[in-house]
Amino acid sequence: MSQNAIIVKDLKKSFKKLKVLKGINFSVKKGNILAILGPNGAGKTTTVRILSTLIKPDSGLALVNNHDIVKEPNLVRASIGLTGQYAAVDEYLNGEENLEMMGRLYHLPKKDAKHRARELLKQFDLVDASKRAVKTYSGGMRRRLDLAMSLIASPPVVFLDEPTTGLDPPSRLMMWTTIKKLAAKGTTILLTTQYMEEADNLANKIIVIDEGKVIAEGTSDELKKKIGSERLEITVTGDLQRAAKVIGGRVDEQRQTIIIAQGGVEKLKEALAKLETANVKVESISLHKPTLDDVFLTLTGHTATQDAEREARRKK
Amino acid sequence: MNITLALHDCGILTKRSLKHIIKNMDQLMGILIMPTVFLLLFRYVFGGAIDTGGTTYINFLIAGILVQTLAFGASTATFNIVLDLQRGFVDRLRSLPIWSPSLLVGHVVADLVRNTLSGIIMILVGLLIGFRPTASIHEWFLVLGLALLFTLAISWLSVILGLLVRTLEAAQWANFLIVFPLTFASSAFVPTDNMHPVIRVFAENQPFTHVITAMRAWLVGTPIGNSGWLAFVWCAGIIIVSIPVATWLFKRYTPK
Repeated sequence: MSQNAIIVKDLKKSFKKLKVLKGINFSVKKGNILAILGPNGAGKTTTVRILSTLIKPDSGLALVNNHDIVKEPNLVRASIGLTGQYAAVDEYLNGEENLEMMGRLYHLPKKDAKHRARELLKQFDLVDASKRAVKTYSGGMRRRLDLAMSLIASPPVVFLDEPTTGLDPPSRLMMWTTIKKLAAKGTTILLTTQYMEEADNLANKIIVIDEGKVIAEGTSDELKKKIGSERLEITVTGDLQRAAKVIGGRVDEQRQTIIIAQGGVEKLKEALAKLETANVKVESISLHKPTLDDVFLTLTGHTATQDAEREARRKK
Repeated sequence: MNITLALHDCGILTKRSLKHIIKNMDQLMGILIMPTVFLLLFRYVFGGAIDTGGTTYINFLIAGILVQTLAFGASTATFNIVLDLQRGFVDRLRSLPIWSPSLLVGHVVADLVRNTLSGIIMILVGLLIGFRPTASIHEWFLVLGLALLFTLAISWLSVILGLLVRTLEAAQWANFLIVFPLTFASSAFVPTDNMHPVIRVFAENQPFTHVITAMRAWLVGTPIGNSGWLAFVWCAGIIIVSIPVATWLFKRYTPK
């Protein structure tokens, strides 16, 4: 038995002429959280859809819980839980009914389905709303119910496709806590996200994908070393070009700002000293945690936003 | 696929669809409103000008309205399938270790129950405004049997439509485009004798007319001709073809 819950080798998938996955490789150890980080259209959802047997890959190999996704789809399905990008809950049923139905579909005996439903309602803080039709739920409650539904049969592997996109900050924090608890109990989790912060907070390992290829992989610390620590932004009142010549970095003319990707505290001191000597007046200074844009800029030379725009153009 | 498990899955998803009938009363109301308006409109506005030979117009009309109600009722399968596709429910089901076409079975069975309800309501409304059936118990059972078979046929066709159109807007006009011509170019509201010759040939040979003529004959004793067995053959034929097509379409459906 392999100690990896998910193994993906050279996975390829095209939709008509559009090559969505151009040979993806990665693996996830049992009980770990892997985050797939990437902009819209990078191939995150396609990867999840393939691993959860919704679509077949054109070529390549993928094992989930030691079962081949193409040859043994039903064994894969029995060992996974899927939470898609949109909460796939039944609007007209109440929370409890949704959970029990899902349990019965995983072929749990009636008694166990009921018992497990009650357990999950408690765990996801949905007991008070359990008898209300889901159409009255808030966005955060729907997502929680959606996740709870995919956990009803206690699957060893769980796929979460952008689990916090569109959630307000408290709901997002709550979701993060839930995901961490789940992994602590031994569930293997693969999640996709557009947020560096989310990947950083949750994942043991992060893979960054762009245009259907893995462009970086490692722990959050390893990636950060690659991208550099914090981004330093210095806004000056004086001559912007001269300032840039003295301290280096990228110039944002509209904001009168110089952006330095690898900007730790030392870099900050150094830059300030140099500007002082060159007699350039500084208006404000800020340090930013690396965003997905920074990751992309460093790894690919273009930003994720540009990437998404290009993608949108190509789809037209 | 294990048959016992497949039946179990059908049972669970049928239960879900049946709960929708009760929890989504709006849909049932929506199905009943249109035929009720037609019933009143034809009974009290147009009916006086339509010659139906020896039968009173309301006795003539009720079979047509009943079939229209059933057709609208069965076409809700299209909406329900499209909703499940759009809201990701189908994706979720396909990631489960189940026989996923159970979902379609669930919707179709719910249509049968919903149509039985709405059929009974339409007949009661008819009785209130002058419908006087002459049917024997045996004939009532024939009406019920044909109504259920017809519902099954239209419901499976609607499932296919839902899998093809994929959006709610398209589902709306696609249903309209099918149910309207088939109910109007038929013997539902007027006898076919005075129709344009081309339309008349269509109207006298299409399945809706056979179903309507057969039901009318059983309900109020008008002549039945060959329509009785033709109605059953048409419905059975549609069901035999549409079930495999719907299942095949559903299995090869890939989300966009």
